[in-house]
Amino acid sequence: MTQTTAESAARKQRAQIRVRTLRTDRWWLAPAFTFAGLLLFLIYGFWAIFDGSYFVDPYIAPFSSPCLATSCPEGARLFGLAPFGDWYTLPPGILILGLPGGFRLTCYYYRKAYYRSFWLSPPACAVAEPHGKYTGETRLPLILQNIHRYFFYFAIIIGLILTYDAVLALVHKPAGLGSWILLVNAALILCYTFGCHSCRHITAGRLNHFSRHPLRYKAWTLVSKLNARHQQFAWASLFSVMIADLYVRLVAKGVINFPFA
Amino acid sequence: MGYKAKFRVWRGEGGEGRLEDFTVEVNEGEVVLDVIHRLQATQAPDLAVRWNCKAGKCGSCSMEINGKPRLGCMTRMSTFEESETITVTPLRTFPVIKDLVTDVSFNYQKAREIPSFTPPADVKPGEYRMQQVDVERSQEFRKCIECFMCQNVCHVIRDHEENKPNFAGPRYLMRIAELDMHPYDVADRKESAQEEHGLGYCNITKCCTEVCPEHIKITDNALIPMKERVVDRKYDPLVWLGSKIFKRQR
Repeated sequence: MTQTTAESAARKQRAQIRVRTLRTDRWWLAPAFTFAGLLLFLIYGFWAIFDGSYFVDPYIAPFSSPCLATSCPEGARLFGLAPFGDWYTLPPGILILGLPGGFRLTCYYYRKAYYRSFWLSPPACAVAEPHGKYTGETRLPLILQNIHRYFFYFAIIIGLILTYDAVLALVHKPAGLGSWILLVNAALILCYTFGCHSCRHITAGRLNHFSRHPLRYKAWTLVSKLNARHQQFAWASLFSVMIADLYVRLVAKGVINFPFA
Repeated sequence: MGYKAKFRVWRGEGGEGRLEDFTVEVNEGEVVLDVIHRLQATQAPDLAVRWNCKAGKCGSCSMEINGKPRLGCMTRMSTFEESETITVTPLRTFPVIKDLVTDVSFNYQKAREIPSFTPPADVKPGEYRMQQVDVERSQEFRKCIECFMCQNVCHVIRDHEENKPNFAGPRYLMRIAELDMHPYDVADRKESAQEEHGLGYCNITKCCTEVCPEHIKITDNALIPMKERVVDRKYDPLVWLGSKIFKRQR
């Protein structure tokens, strides 16, 4: 109780300005767009998981790749494998989406995005947050954000599988527009994945003597270049994966049926 | 070429105060600090404002201009509409001494809590040999002019006074990162960064980077790399296992 009184006294020494912010610019615009963009992704993802039209030869929708259950069509299975069995007939997407989903959820950029836009902590710089207490990432559940690097390892595998899917579609004759859409999506996802802060740390960020590890230092400089655009790649790959996924599903449903689709 | 600008300036001592309205002359090429000085000279001789170099290098004239932490000497009047009312307040995170001058001793206290550069015992001053690539990462952090705007804008303490004892703030977490990345520093700073200086409070919303007048990438180049180093130490069982198997120094 004494501590609370002391803290209040210290707080009263600050300029007692009662408004939440004195900013006059449209500071709410960025969190509003972020909120809308992430919400759109969540809604689309929820729909896509339960949509059955995820494969049309030679395309497989990114949200359902790799397809590893016996319910997957023969051509959709990665290397023809179905290690999950029928997995209680759950949609194949639900089996693997936790990995790229977890990677984005714990990503340092997305943390900024949803802390600001969903949790308003803070909604923008120099705009007061509405919460009475704040412990950040010091305790459960947010301390679990520290497992980001494990999701990164899995995200590399998923990124490489999506690249493999795109290349398979591309070598298919005739290669359709969907092949190029899948390829661009895979490239953006790889740029996002390899620009990750954990990747930057693992390549050489953890070292104090770059000069003793010239190859790792070179890798670090390359990752740093991608990392400088991590936010842009995060958004570009978020939309590209939705566009590529929707495109494949529309082709599979017959909605898109022009030649070379 | 001049015009009359409308200013609202915080006046008061020890937290108690109010925003007072002024109309002040503005001339071409001036910055907010020039106008504050004209206000002092013509209408409010007792207006307190801290300033020194007027060149964006001393970090003294930090204030909040239209709600944003800025250096008064680096904020051009030409960035505002002539009809706009410009609100100038002191830094919101620190106690007010008078008007626009705040007591920033919190920052000096936090600086003292960080153990200084600790070279190996067998290396004497003058014997340090480092490659440029080994030190250029931390040289970025040396650009800091200690304006304390990153400390001021960080919501961990701006919105939660109770966190001040447990959180060093971005400026001093950056100092810890600078030392931890130094090729010749042997002090263990990862554990203390998390446990004593409150690195876990940072939720990387990057406001510190946004307001830095020296454009230091505080979050991307100091705080996140430091968080990753803490993960190596405290939360990554594979790194722990590797250090045991290969007897690596952690």
